[in-house]
Amino acid sequence: MTWTWFHRLASPPYVYALATRLTPWFAWPAALCILAGLWEGLVLAPPDYQQGDGFRIIYVHAPSAWMSLMVYTTMAIAAAVGLIWRIKVAHAVAASCAPIGASFTFAALVTGALWGEPMWGTYWQWDPRLTSELVLLFLYLGYMGLRAGIEDTQRADRASAVLAVVGVVNVPIIHYSVTWWNSLHQAPSVMRLAKPAMPLAMLVPLLLMLLGFTLFFVALLLTRLRGEVLQRERAASWIREVVSA
Amino acid sequence: MRAFFDMGGYAAFVWPAYAVTLAVMILNIVWARRALARSREEARRRLHMQRETR
Amino acid sequence: MSPESHAGHALAPVRTSLEPTAETAPAAPAADAFEAARLALLRDLQLAFRKRSQLIQPLAFFAMVTLLFPLAVSPELSRLRELAPGVLWVGALLASLLAVEFLFRDDAYDGTLEQYALSGQSLTALMFAKTLAHWLLTGFPLALMAPLAALSLGVSASALPGIVAAVAVGSVTLSLIGSIGAALTLGIKRSGALLSLLTLPLSLPVLIFGARATELAIHGAPAHAPLELLAALAVLGTTLAPLAAAAAVRISLE
Repeated sequence: MTWTWFHRLASPPYVYALATRLTPWFAWPAALCILAGLWEGLVLAPPDYQQGDGFRIIYVHAPSAWMSLMVYTTMAIAAAVGLIWRIKVAHAVAASCAPIGASFTFAALVTGALWGEPMWGTYWQWDPRLTSELVLLFLYLGYMGLRAGIEDTQRADRASAVLAVVGVVNVPIIHYSVTWWNSLHQAPSVMRLAKPAMPLAMLVPLLLMLLGFTLFFVALLLTRLRGEVLQRERAASWIREVVSA
Repeated sequence: MRAFFDMGGYAAFVWPAYAVTLAVMILNIVWARRALARSREEARRRLHMQRETR
Repeated sequence: MSPESHAGHALAPVRTSLEPTAETAPAAPAADAFEAARLALLRDLQLAFRKRSQLIQPLAFFAMVTLLFPLAVSPELSRLRELAPGVLWVGALLASLLAVEFLFRDDAYDGTLEQYALSGQSLTALMFAKTLAHWLLTGFPLALMAPLAALSLGVSASALPGIVAAVAVGSVTLSLIGSIGAALTLGIKRSGALLSLLTLPLSLPVLIFGARATELAIHGAPAHAPLELLAALAVLGTTLAPLAAAAAVRISLE
């Protein structure tokens, strides 16, 4: 039973139809969650006793940072699946993830810098989290650059898949080494971006935003996936019906 | 209302942060839809050429 | 232009299909892989010594980079000593990057890489052999040159053994990571910038631990912790990188 489901997911026409059907089921709930999160986070939640209203940047920074990592992991897993079992749809998923992940890494860096200026007095701080985010951006750009540099789609899929898997193994190592490096040169007063204990009124909107962003990612992924799947199918007859619709 | 927009004096940081994130989200939507439209157009063109060469 | 080498002839006969036949089936696969790797290593070393000028280039680059910093910053040795770990390691990283572009270039060009892939020998073992040869020809000399660069930056002689150790171990990992990038970008024209973009982020941990080990050595403190981390990275790289490079080479040759 489970294997039929798995096999169907490898079938491009099935995945295309499924993605088309499912997109609104992720897009609308995403919008709802984000709007609810914004309302609760911006309006209802009380100001932080240390950072005042400035802490509210967390409601866009934390979800962006979460996205950057989650999307990379998804990309690496899809790439590995595509590489091991030679499933084109999996490669299509990985290709769809990259631009989404890169743009949210960028957002995480910008919002992090904007948070840093009032809190640390400097737009950029070489703290472990921001530094790791920057490295992650380069990993995304490298992945996208490699894909762009190889003409043949199948070769590009497989080469970038190897890169993604190598990258994902490195991400914890890089994060560990950057944290280690930073702890050696710890500035006396470093504001921690994530407070350990958050009152519920502040936590709930954060969770809503995290959920909303995740749903948004799935909706985006499904949209891009359809295009990527089409690109990898050449003469298939199912395309005729889909495209002339 | 004014207090809301002022964000306790941090307005110059909070609102740009939200603006950038919103921009990234909108960009993603536009980008994804455009990529899909382009792929569909390419597929349509390919099918058309196949029909022509038959 | 492709030079003959005895090592090349002694490799297992090339199979035209992947089906093992009576003549080409290896008697003891593990011993065979080791033998093939040994021959590949010797071949690479022999070929490299015929083009000695190419061997000097990464070292000259490293020396050049080291020269840039005093000119750009200050001739004061006390200031340079502070910068020395960073300068040495950025220089080593860039020199290693420069050198790794040549790791597969000649072999891909004259078809040897294809022979390796088709030979039925463990491509992973061959990749390891090539990377080891590469390290012996670039990383290891770099480690021997590092003391000279360090002295020019005002580092005291007592720190030199620690520096040699750190660069020697760190450059192993740099060669291994570089081999993956080089394999992935095979056949991409003008891949220098892309190769750097792929390799540098992955090399950051080596940079961090290496610079820290160098810094400790300069201050006379024991550098065990970062050195051990460097060694751990080298071991991890040795187990995983040749595998990834082999996969990447097969993909690039398709």
